[in-house]
Order: sequence, then structure tokens, then C-alpha cells
Amino acid sequence: MASEPKSKYEPAFLISAYQDMLFYRRFEERVNQAYQKGKFAGFCHLHIGQEAVCVGVQKALRPTDYVISGYRSHTQAIAKGIDPKAVLAELFGKKAGAVGGKGGSMHMFSKEHRFLGGHGIVGGQCPIAAGVAFAIKYDEKDDIIVCYLGDGATNQGQFFEAMNMAATWNLPVLYIIENNQYGMGTDYHRVTSVDRLSKRALAFDMDHSEVDGMEVLKVHEHVSGIVAKMRKKPRPYLLEVLTYRYRGHSVSDPAAYRTKEEVAKFQQRDPILQLAEVLKKQKIATEDELKAWDKAVKERTAAIEDFADAAPKPEVSDLWLHVLAD
Amino acid sequence: MALIQFREALGQAMAEEMARDDRIFLLGEEVAQYNGAYKVSKGLLDRFGAKRVIDSPISEAGFAGLGVGAAMAGLRPIIEMMTWNFGLQGFDQIINHAAKMLYMSNGQFNIPIVFRGPNGAAHMLGSQHSQNFDAMLTNVPGMKVISPATPYDAKGLLKSAIRDNNPVIFLESEMMYALKGEVPDEEYLIPIGVGDIKRPGNDVTLIAWNKMLHVAVDAAKELEAQGIDAEVLDPRTLQPLDEALIFASVRKTHRLVIIDEGWDFAATSAQIADRVQRECFDDLDAPVVRVNSLFVPMPYAEELEAAVLPSVGRIVQAVKDVLYVGN
Repeated sequence: MASEPKSKYEPAFLISAYQDMLFYRRFEERVNQAYQKGKFAGFCHLHIGQEAVCVGVQKALRPTDYVISGYRSHTQAIAKGIDPKAVLAELFGKKAGAVGGKGGSMHMFSKEHRFLGGHGIVGGQCPIAAGVAFAIKYDEKDDIIVCYLGDGATNQGQFFEAMNMAATWNLPVLYIIENNQYGMGTDYHRVTSVDRLSKRALAFDMDHSEVDGMEVLKVHEHVSGIVAKMRKKPRPYLLEVLTYRYRGHSVSDPAAYRTKEEVAKFQQRDPILQLAEVLKKQKIATEDELKAWDKAVKERTAAIEDFADAAPKPEVSDLWLHVLAD
Repeated sequence: MALIQFREALGQAMAEEMARDDRIFLLGEEVAQYNGAYKVSKGLLDRFGAKRVIDSPISEAGFAGLGVGAAMAGLRPIIEMMTWNFGLQGFDQIINHAAKMLYMSNGQFNIPIVFRGPNGAAHMLGSQHSQNFDAMLTNVPGMKVISPATPYDAKGLLKSAIRDNNPVIFLESEMMYALKGEVPDEEYLIPIGVGDIKRPGNDVTLIAWNKMLHVAVDAAKELEAQGIDAEVLDPRTLQPLDEALIFASVRKTHRLVIIDEGWDFAATSAQIADRVQRECFDDLDAPVVRVNSLFVPMPYAEELEAAVLPSVGRIVQAVKDVLYVGN
């Protein structure tokens, strides 16, 4: 079940990857509880089950790289550097939120950390990512942009247009398809002409591959290789990450379109449990230590919720702010 | 002063701004090697090179979005839509993304982008190549909309649009690209949101913009021969509207006819009429009358197209209606 531990991974790296995934899991669980308690409303799309993807990817990037995503992006925003207190406060619509209560779940942004949203139009982030890569190339930098998208988004026209421009102009954009098998309630096989979504790159003569998204070290190693090549020679890449969301499309989706057996099958390959086995096997952490970390993480998320609860709401007049720039 | 074509005025504006600021680039279909479908970007590739003047694939949604991304990462794109009929494909990126990014990001990401191209009818191009998008584009918070009528206005306003730190929609016209007008030799800018009285008068205010401005001016000449002194007001910018100029004119003449190439339902002229009736109610001696395109898809045949579009005849009749004079 557990992958062979990579000798090149230092214990500190493994511990960090584990604690990050654990934190994201407990954070999203707390977000869900807050929603069910009525602390906020609107849309909320949880990343539970997909933590290995954002941790594996983020650890392969550097601060000057950019990340852009769709709407399932709380953890990606935190991974890129946005304070989780600001993320939860944003969900609660507070002024201390990442974007002052103006955006909500789907629209977290940070100029400082180069996290470019948080977008609600499926596939809309794809040409924007190509444009960021265009600017990177224009300035002759060796940064890259990661553009997360879902399996559903690979059928949107803008995705194809972006891929074509990226491939034609050798733009340093890494398109990462988080294929969690379902576009909302639709098994992607029902609406897609190919089984392997990475093959869409063939239409553009673009490099592509797929990787198991339930193993953080595999994701990290794979993405690191892609990114290193991209910095030396700017060109786009299409990576399909095979992953799974344990919950519904959003917090209001009971996911009746999936069987309990299917969900359980993926939970048996849970990325956090898998890495826990690695840590124990390599004697980096004991079962008691893992339990203690979990307890600490839960306390941390509770403190984050206290912060968000206490944070003041925006002024009504804030609704007039930032319509136009000076 | 120099007498130049509208297209040259636009080309000069872009060249001057691109020479001044190397963050600016131009991208669109046929803008580089073909020198522009309507020759607006003629010479820019030779002068600035392929890094800054880029021929795009036929992907309006894609390259509008590419512009948004480039702007987020610090560049200042000019995105040309070959016509705004095709630009409709890019409305998701313009309206859902460009216009909202600053607001959603709470002020972190402004989008200094210009989306420009010809708008409205040309000559016998049929219904898919003749649409006027003023109403749809002015109805979006988070972006500015400019629609000039003369080479002088076009150059000064395009320079301002390029320097503006917001998304700016710049609406031109195939029918005006050859129009000649005087343009100063020295550099000048026209502020966005400021209109212009093209012909002062006292009996009635005619508001018109883009190519309708010239139809309104022709109507004013016809009216003058009939003893009616029309003031022609060109707002030049549609969003934001120069309401102060409009209200001052209506308070002087007490009568308003708006000539708007768009279809009448929920048109930009409907917005102007509503603002005038709200703020100048006691100054009006007649209802506000609008002369719009007839509410049909644009037909191909020449006479049919001419009957759809606002004409001098229809404007003159509208003026007589608000003056309560006989035919």
C-alpha cells in the first residue's frame, strides 16, 4: 500500500509534508462544520482527499512562481502562503478575510504570494494562466505558473484555446488536471471522448503525463522534474493527477451518484495514512507522536475559528471599494 | 496640425504609448504581419518587433483571457478584436474576469488592459457582423467604455485608455477608419469621461456618438436650413457618462433627442434618457425622444439596412416632434 520511501527525502521534508496534509484535512473539516452550523453560506467546495496534490505541487515550487486555480482552492491558497486565519475569516465574510469579505470561498487572492485566485467560471483560469506565462516569458524570467483545473474543465473551449496558445508560443504554464473523476455529479467518462485526460495534450503536440495523486511523494517528485525542465526551456505541460474527493462537489451535495464502496476504495489509499505508515516505518514518528500532532492541529484550527468568529464584519460602505483603480 | 485618417490616429496613439512604455504590447488577429485587418496597426510590427506586436489565433475567449493574465503579471496589453461581433466570444473574460478582478481581489490586482475594435454596422455585412454592443458593455461595473467619433478624439482618448489602470473598452467603426480629421503635431491626451459639444445650439440637444455623431451633424445642417438651431453633444465616453455636460445642455435647450445606433430596448440612450428625466425633469419642454436602430437583426440588402439605421430623416422628424412643429 505505501510507496517505497525515497531515500532522498529528508525526515524534515516528510514531517512537513505530513503535517501540511493533516492541517489541510482538519482545516477543511472545520470549514465544513462551520458551514453546517450556519456560520457562512453560499458555495463551498472542499478539497478533502486531494491534499497530496497541493502539498506535493507546492513543495516543488518557489515563492516567485504563480498559482491560479478554480473554485476548490482553500488549501491551494493556504499552501501558496495566505494565512489560514484570513481564509476562514474570508469564508465568514469578515473584513480580516483574505479579500476583505469581497470574494468568499471561490475568490481568494494574494499579490504578495502570487496566488491569482480562486475563480468560479470553469476553465476561465486557463487562458489567464497562459497570459501570466506570457508575461514571465516577456520579462525573460524562469518562473512558472501552475494552473489547477478539474476534469470537467478540460471540456471547456477556453481550455483548448489556452493550450493551443501555450503550445504555439512555448509558454511556461503547467496545467495540472486534478482528475477526481467527477465534474459535479457527472462521471467524466459520460461526457468526455477520452479516458486519459492528459492525452488532450496530443492535440497540441504538448508534453504530458499522469501521476497518482494519492501519494504526495510521487506527486512531488514528478512535478519537480517537470518544473526543473520548464525553467531551463520554457514550454507548457499538461499533467493529469489521479485523485478523489471524499465529499460531494460542494457542501450541499450528498453525492448520490457515487457508491460508498468507491469512496472507501480511495479512502484506503488515503495520502495522509500512507505517509503516516512511511513515517512510522522509517522511525521518524511514533503512533503517539502522530496522535499528538493531530491534537495540536485540531487545536490550531479551533483557534483559527475563534479568530474568524471574533473578526469584525466589513463596513457596508466597503461595497463601493475597488470597483475601479486610480 | 496634420490631416490624418481615423485609423492613423489610432495607430499613432498606440505607437506613441508603446514607445513610451515597454510594458505595452498589442495582440489580435492579423495585427502584425497583415498590418491589421483595417490597417490600424500598420507599421507597428516593423517598429516594435514580434515580441510586442503579436498575431493571435482565432481564439477571442482565449486571447482576451491571455490579456487578463498578462495584465495581472504586470504588463499592459492592448487586445484587438477584429470586430466586436467576434469580441462577443471574449465577453466571459472581459466581463467575468477583467471587470471583476480588482473588486474580487480587494484591490490587489488591477487590470490595465484595453480591448479595442470596430463596433456596430458597416455596410451590408449582414446580421452577424453589424451589432452594436454599447448597451451590453456599459452595463458592467468595473470597466470604462469609450466610443470616439473623430481622429482627434480617437487619438487623445486611446492614449488615455492605454494609460488608464482599468479595463477599457474602446469602440471604433469600420466606416470611420478612412475619415480624415485634424490632429495636433504635439502630444495631447483627452480625459476619459469628458464629452464635447461638437456644434453649439439653442433649440434642441442632439446627443450622438461614434458614427451617429456624423449623422447628427448632417441632421443639424438640415435643421439649420429649416430655421432650427440644434446643439450636437458627443459624450465620447459612454461609461462613465459626462452627465454634467448633458444636463447643462438640456437645461439650456429644454429638448433632447438621442441618436443611438444600438437597438432601442435597454440601450445606452435609454440610460441617458432616464438620467435626464430624473435630474432635468422641470427643464424639459417635451419628452426625451430616441432614434435607434429598428429592433430587428440587421438585414443584408442596402435599402433595408439604411431603413434600420438612424438616418437624417428620422432625426429631423424626431426634432420636430419635440419642438411640436408640423411636418
